[in-house]
Amino acid sequence: MKDLSFSLRDLICGVLFIFIGLFFAIQAYGLELGTALRMGPGYFPFVLAGTLILLGIIVIIQGTQLQHEPMGPIAWRGLLFILPAPILFGLTVRGLGFVPSLFLTGLVAAFASTKMRPGTALLLVGGLTLFSVIVFSYALGLPFRRFGPWLGQ
Amino acid sequence: MDLLNNLVLGFATAASPYNLLFCFIGVILGTLIGVLPGIGATATIAMLLPITFQLEPVSSLIMLAGIYYGAQYGGSTTAILINMPGESSSAVTAIDGYQMARKGRAGAALSIAAIGSFFAGTVSTILVAVFAPPLTAVALRFGSPEYFSLMIVGLVSSVALAHGSVVKALGMVVLGLLLGLVGTDIYTGTPRFNLGILELSDGLNFVALAVGVFGIAEILRNLENEHDRDVMIKKVTNLWPTRQDWKEMTAPILRGTVIGSALGILPGGGAILASFASYTVEKRISKTPGEFGKGAVAGVAGPESANNAGAQTSFIPMLTLGIPANPVMALMIGAMIIQGIVPGPNVATEQPALFWGIIASMWIGNLMLILLNLPLIGLWVKLLTIPYYMLFPAIIAFCSIGVYSVNSNVFDLYAVAFFGLIGYGLAKLRCEPAPLLLGFVLGPLLEEHLRRAMIMSRGDPMTFLNRPISLGLLLLAAAVLVVVLLPSIRKKRDEVFVED
Repeated sequence: MKDLSFSLRDLICGVLFIFIGLFFAIQAYGLELGTALRMGPGYFPFVLAGTLILLGIIVIIQGTQLQHEPMGPIAWRGLLFILPAPILFGLTVRGLGFVPSLFLTGLVAAFASTKMRPGTALLLVGGLTLFSVIVFSYALGLPFRRFGPWLGQ
Repeated sequence: MDLLNNLVLGFATAASPYNLLFCFIGVILGTLIGVLPGIGATATIAMLLPITFQLEPVSSLIMLAGIYYGAQYGGSTTAILINMPGESSSAVTAIDGYQMARKGRAGAALSIAAIGSFFAGTVSTILVAVFAPPLTAVALRFGSPEYFSLMIVGLVSSVALAHGSVVKALGMVVLGLLLGLVGTDIYTGTPRFNLGILELSDGLNFVALAVGVFGIAEILRNLENEHDRDVMIKKVTNLWPTRQDWKEMTAPILRGTVIGSALGILPGGGAILASFASYTVEKRISKTPGEFGKGAVAGVAGPESANNAGAQTSFIPMLTLGIPANPVMALMIGAMIIQGIVPGPNVATEQPALFWGIIASMWIGNLMLILLNLPLIGLWVKLLTIPYYMLFPAIIAFCSIGVYSVNSNVFDLYAVAFFGLIGYGLAKLRCEPAPLLLGFVLGPLLEEHLRRAMIMSRGDPMTFLNRPISLGLLLLAAAVLVVVLLPSIRKKRDEVFVED
C-alpha cells in the first residue's frame, strides 16, 4: 500500500457528498421517520442521505486507484464579478428600478473578462440596457418599475 | 380517422399566426444559440423559460421546442464550418463534415445535414403522432409502482449517459432528489430542510437552480482560459449536393432516422447517443470505411438524421408519461408545471390542442429551419466572429431578468448566484449537472409514488416486483446499471465521450 495516494478532486468530491449526506440525514432524523408502510416526511430523505454518504465513501476509495489529473485553472476573476451580478440586481431592482439596476448588473458582469475595456463595456452595457427595456418592459410588458423610489420617483 | 382529426387540430393550432410567430422566434433563437459556441441549448432554455411564462402555454412550449431543435441545426453548422460543435450531439458531424468543408464542399455538407435532418424530423414527427396516443392509453393504467419504476429507469439512464465516473453521476442523482425534497412534505405539511428560510417553504426554485447550474456555471467555465478563436471561414458556395451525393446519402439518412427514433424514446437517451450510434453503424457497414474521417458523405448524413430524429422522439416520454428523457425535457416539464399543466398521460385528453399543437409545430419548425438556414448561412457565419466577452454580460442580464420575472422575488436571484457557485464547483469536481437536474424534477414525484405504492401494498415492497410492467422496468434499470459498470463497456463509453 505504499503507492496509495488520494486524488484531490475525488477527495473533495467524496467529502462533499458525505458532508451533504450528513446534513440531510441529521435534518431528516429530526423529522418523523415513520415505517415502510406509512412513511413519514423523514423516511425517503433519510434513505437518500444514507445513499449519498455511501457514494461519497466509494468516490474517495476509487480516487486512490485512478490516475490523477490536475484540477485546471479556477476562474477567480469570473467568480468575483459574475456571481455578485445577479445579487446586485436583486438588491437594487426595487430601489433603483429596472433601468439603472440592469445597467449596473451588466457593467459588473462585463468586467469578468480580462479583455473588456471600460469604453467598450459602457457602450455594450448601454446598448444591452436599451434593448432590454424595449423588449422586456415595453414589448413584453413585464411589470417592472423603470426607475425606483431611491431616485426620488 | 382519429389520427387525421388530431393532426388537423394540431396543425390548426400550430399554424395560427401567433403560434407561428413564436415557433419562428424559437427556431431562430435556437439556431443562434447552436451557432454561438459557449452557450448550450439547456442553458438557453433555462434562461428563456421565465420569459415564456408571459405567453399562452401552447405558444410557450412551441417556442421552447423550437429552441431545442433549432440548436441542433445551428450546432451542426459550426461543426461543419469550423470544426467546433455548438452542441454535443453534433460532435460526430464535425469529424467528416469539417473534412468536407476543407475540401471546398462546405455547401454540400451543410445541405446534406439539413436535408437529412428535415427528412428525419418529418418521419419522427409522424412517429410521435402515431405512437403517442397508444402509449398514453397504456400510461393511463399505470399505478404508483409502475411510475416509480419508470422514474428509476429514467434516472439510471441519465447516469449511464453522463460523462466520467458512474459513482459521481449516481451521487448527482441522489443530490438532485434530495434538493427536490426541500420545502414542505405534501402528505403531512411538515416543513423540511428549509433552514428556517421562509422563501424555501415552497421548495427551491426550479428556474433558479437550472439557470445557476447550467447558465452561470457554463459562463464561469468559459472564463477559465480565454483565448481568441481563430475563425477561418471560406465563402460557402454551391449548396446543392451532386448526384453522387444524393446516391451516397439516401441509405444513411434512412438508417439514421430509424436509429435516432428508437434511441430517442429511451429515457435518458436522446440525440447524443443517437448520433454516435449512427456513425458507428455507417462506418461498420460502409464499403469504403477508409473514407470515414476524410469527408465521407455518410458520416454527415447518418448522424445528422439520427440526432434530429432522437431529439423529436424524446418528446414521446415527456408528452405521454410526464417523464423527461433529457435535461431539456426536464425544463419543458418545469415549464408545463409553472403554466399550471400537470404533465402526464392526461395532457393528451385534457389539452388536445396543446398536445397536438406541439407535435404539429415540430414539423413546421423543421420546415422553417430548412427554408431559413440555407439562405441565411452567411449571416450565421458572421455571428461566429463575435468574441465571447461581448456575449456573456448579456447572458447574465437576461438570466437575472428572466429569473426575477417568474415570481418577482429577489430571493430567487440570490439562489441563482448560489447555484452558479455550486454548479461551477461540481464541474471542477467532474460531476455532471444533467443527472442532478433530472433528480431535482423527479424527486417529489418519486417520493409521492413510493409512499403511495407502499400504503396500497400495506408495506410490502414486493409490490414493485409482483406487477409485470413494474418488474420489467426495474429489470431494465438494473441491466443498464450493470452494463455501465462492466469494465469493458466502461472503457468503450470513455472512448465515446472523449470526443467532446
